[in-house]
Amino acid sequence: MLKRLCARAFPRALWVYHANTGACNGCDIEVIDVLTPYYDAERFGIRLVGSPRHADVILVTGPVTRQVAPALRRLLEAVPAPKLVFAVGSCACGGGAWFDSYSVLGGADRVIPVDYYVPGCPPRPEAILHGVALALGLVEKKVAGEALRQETIEELAMGVSRFGGGRDATP
Amino acid sequence: MLLSKLREALICFGAGRVTLPYPAAPREPAPGFRGKIQVDADLCFGCGGCAHVCPAGVIQVEDAAQLTRVLEFHWSRCTYCGRCEEVCPEGAIRLTSQFETATDRPQDMVIRLEVFMGPCQRCGRCFPPPTPLERMTAAGFRHGGDGGRA
Ligand code: SF4
Ligand code: SF4
Ligand code: SF4
Repeated sequence: MLKRLCARAFPRALWVYHANTGACNGCDIEVIDVLTPYYDAERFGIRLVGSPRHADVILVTGPVTRQVAPALRRLLEAVPAPKLVFAVGSCACGGGAWFDSYSVLGGADRVIPVDYYVPGCPPRPEAILHGVALALGLVEKKVAGEALRQETIEELAMGVSRFGGGRDATP
Repeated sequence: MLLSKLREALICFGAGRVTLPYPAAPREPAPGFRGKIQVDADLCFGCGGCAHVCPAGVIQVEDAAQLTRVLEFHWSRCTYCGRCEEVCPEGAIRLTSQFETATDRPQDMVIRLEVFMGPCQRCGRCFPPPTPLERMTAAGFRHGGDGGRA
């Protein structure tokens, strides 16, 4: 749904406003890397702009410190709809190693709705490109939630595995 | 001035193509790259060592029932330090080379593992036979006491 909406709303170019909300600069350097001719996100129409009023996308890096959270909310309001929010880096996706620190809110999605997550600390430039291509509908998503389970001792004794996987049925 | 610009233009023509064809062509990371974590349900015995050392609190351990321990790996905030892989006594948790982890749903970044635990007849605490201590002894670890055994 979201993908189709994106394809319709953003047929050509995504202009990106980069918001550092307390990142260590690792992710920011990778974002700049992606814009160099070697990785060249500009071939997808990605461009950094200097004002949120010109942007389609807000790219958030960092775990959102308490200080910056109100500014981030205001920033999102300044972006004209339709808009997308990208969380780049483990910090922006879930708070990183600071997820329970007193001074951070622990991830961009605690403050504003996030459309695409690109985990990594920092994510490789290729991983960011993959996220961009995913948003543009050029590649498929490659991760999914996993639910794994081991068999109980009764199931092992019966020698059947109702769940597939888990431990080997022969003790 | 003009000459230097011309020279620059010539260099640019001579450089050929520099851009990676990345999303169209796959690109493997360098050996040793640490990517998304992967858990082997066959090997994990629920000791919680990985949860103890994880700096980002990725791994949450919950004793859901007496014989069931649930480990949840919220790897959206993983820092890819590799400590869990280092300490896991069973080699159950591994950092793969997968880096294409972009997603549009936060639920995609969770691994849930239910570990079946055997209880000790005497104290009721859970362990899988042979006990971790016996396994470590068999693997040549030396420890202080003999763990109550001869
Ligand atoms: S995800 Fe890692 S590299 Fe990026 S800002 Fe956080 S700590 Fe720095
Ligand atoms: S790699 Fe580091 S941060 Fe990630 S789950 Fe393992 S110990 Fe935690
Ligand atoms: S993954 Fe390894 S360290 Fe973590 S609970 Fe399972 S056996 Fe223990």
